[in-house]
Amino acid sequence: MAKKKDLKPSEIAAQLEAENAAALEALRKRREKEHRKMEKSKGTNKRVGKSWKNDIGIFLLLTFLGLFMIAPIYIAIVTSIKPVQEIFIMPPRLYAMDPTGDNFKDLFVVANNSWVPFSRNVFNSIFVTVTATVLHVVFACMASFILAKCRFPGVKLINKIVVIALLFNSTVTYIMQYIVMANLGMINTYSALILPLIASSMGLYLMIQSVGQIPDAMIEAAKVDGAGLMRICWGIVMPNSKPAIMTIIIFQFQAAWNSTGGNLVYDEALKTIPTVVQQIAAAGIARQGAIAASAVVLMVPPLAIFIAAQSNVMETMAHAGMKD
Amino acid sequence: MAEQIQKKEILLREEQKHTFKENFHYTLHEMKRNSMCYVMLAPFMIFFLLFTVIPVIMALPIGFTDFDMAHFPPKFIGFDNFYAMFIEDDVFIGSIRTTLIFAIFTGPLSYALSFLLAWLINELHPVLKTVFTLIFYAPSMAGNIYFVWQLIFSGDSYGYLNAALSTLGITTGAVQWLTDANYVLPCVIVVQLWVSMGAGFLALRAGFQGIDKSMYEAGAIEGIKNRTQELIFITIPSMGPQLMFAAVMQIVSSFTVDIVGRSLAGFPSTDYKVHTIMTHAFDYGWVRYEMGYASAICFVLFIAMLVCNKLISKILGKYMN
Repeated sequence: MAKKKDLKPSEIAAQLEAENAAALEALRKRREKEHRKMEKSKGTNKRVGKSWKNDIGIFLLLTFLGLFMIAPIYIAIVTSIKPVQEIFIMPPRLYAMDPTGDNFKDLFVVANNSWVPFSRNVFNSIFVTVTATVLHVVFACMASFILAKCRFPGVKLINKIVVIALLFNSTVTYIMQYIVMANLGMINTYSALILPLIASSMGLYLMIQSVGQIPDAMIEAAKVDGAGLMRICWGIVMPNSKPAIMTIIIFQFQAAWNSTGGNLVYDEALKTIPTVVQQIAAAGIARQGAIAASAVVLMVPPLAIFIAAQSNVMETMAHAGMKD
Repeated sequence: MAEQIQKKEILLREEQKHTFKENFHYTLHEMKRNSMCYVMLAPFMIFFLLFTVIPVIMALPIGFTDFDMAHFPPKFIGFDNFYAMFIEDDVFIGSIRTTLIFAIFTGPLSYALSFLLAWLINELHPVLKTVFTLIFYAPSMAGNIYFVWQLIFSGDSYGYLNAALSTLGITTGAVQWLTDANYVLPCVIVVQLWVSMGAGFLALRAGFQGIDKSMYEAGAIEGIKNRTQELIFITIPSMGPQLMFAAVMQIVSSFTVDIVGRSLAGFPSTDYKVHTIMTHAFDYGWVRYEMGYASAICFVLFIAMLVCNKLISKILGKYMN
């Protein structure tokens, strides 16, 4: 091709026109091709590469791996319904020949014979778990919105501290926590059980990460419409972060349900179910059936919450109608 | 001349003071303007400060002291703890090796596995999705059912694994899975893998669920041919935050492997085979009550995790942009 400055203006114009025409033609061809492709895929499935053969392959692979994950839990359940004479059978069997509820009965009999009625421990567990979960989720939702979406002095520092706190896992912090609580006069109260759980940085970090994905334009639009921060947080941001909220509910419920209070609580009337179960299980191998039964009983509430939360996570069309 | 220079310096200093004052006022103004932010942040931050930040800040200097929890105040000994750790403590050096082995298996491997599983599950029918999510998350919910693993790996022929192997004719006698130095590490790694999938996996599932479905339709039109391309060009780039969260959780869980080894293989384990840095810290903190030394160990571990975290967020950040 000749250099541009050697050509006359009319020649340049002709050349440009030819180039344009070629480009247009190519574009038209591509559009037609895409259109044909769309027509073909219409009515079946809009996503590429989705077929029932693939799905069955995935299903089989997941089932295989799932068996490994579920096997120990299955063994725990089977052990919990085996009568004593079957637990020590040789070789061990993967099913109970003569299933009984004796282990569960034993567990409740022992639990009821301790110093405080078992119902008190059940109340403690439920009270602590529900309070800690609700407060943590509400506080973490508000804080995560502010930390992810607002710009004000100190925000970067706080974000950094949250991540660092997540990484700092020290056996020594427990002692320091005890000292802090002792100074606040919280030892041996419900506060000692509930308040440290509220401050878990894991849930907050997950929420910050998820809220950060929501387009700024959405929030700006709400601001222009005159909505306050509270309104934006609960009316716009949180409904769009549903999967993350359900996830932190699961995490937090589980953490709260399994918390024993350690050395922070020594009054029998304040102890939760896991503490009582630990005391019962401390009898060792003689109570293997009861240990298995207690593990199964403790697993039920988190499981219920998990199923409720998961079925609540709709296939959210997050950020639909709002693109960055 | 000298006087002039001095005057200039004074003037300069005043100018700097002024700008500092201005900055301060600007910050104050910004703080006032965003006061609602602080109000909404306060409920969480009060508890966070009291029960997480203050204990951590109080714990940091303990590493430089000789502290046995009985004698107050702790005695300052400078870097002696760190010196002892790296020069004199053979068990600690061994525990670094063990921790690294655990970190390699339960870190990257478990991370990749949980991502793969979350992705595959996402392709299924909604009901199956819930079922499989439940199955793969169940180990985290089961809590401390290490006693089951003890039954499985039991050294006599009551153990499920031994019984199965001898029934199939692979082994003749009972294998001491948890006390034989050759087997204990792989066994504990398997259990650790089983336990450690939880948090990251669930966060990734939530991430997959949050992806806008119309992106895939747009992708199909733009010429994406198969699922692998879909994964690389659409799914992963829009899941950055969840990937980061899962990475952090995985770093924490893989560097702080401790309780599984202790409850399965006993404490201390045969030949210190599953003696990790965290186990070492537990040993000094809660068995020997040398809190200063335990704290120093935790501090070293914390630095290692911090470096690892920086590295991963850099890699992920580069990929996302």
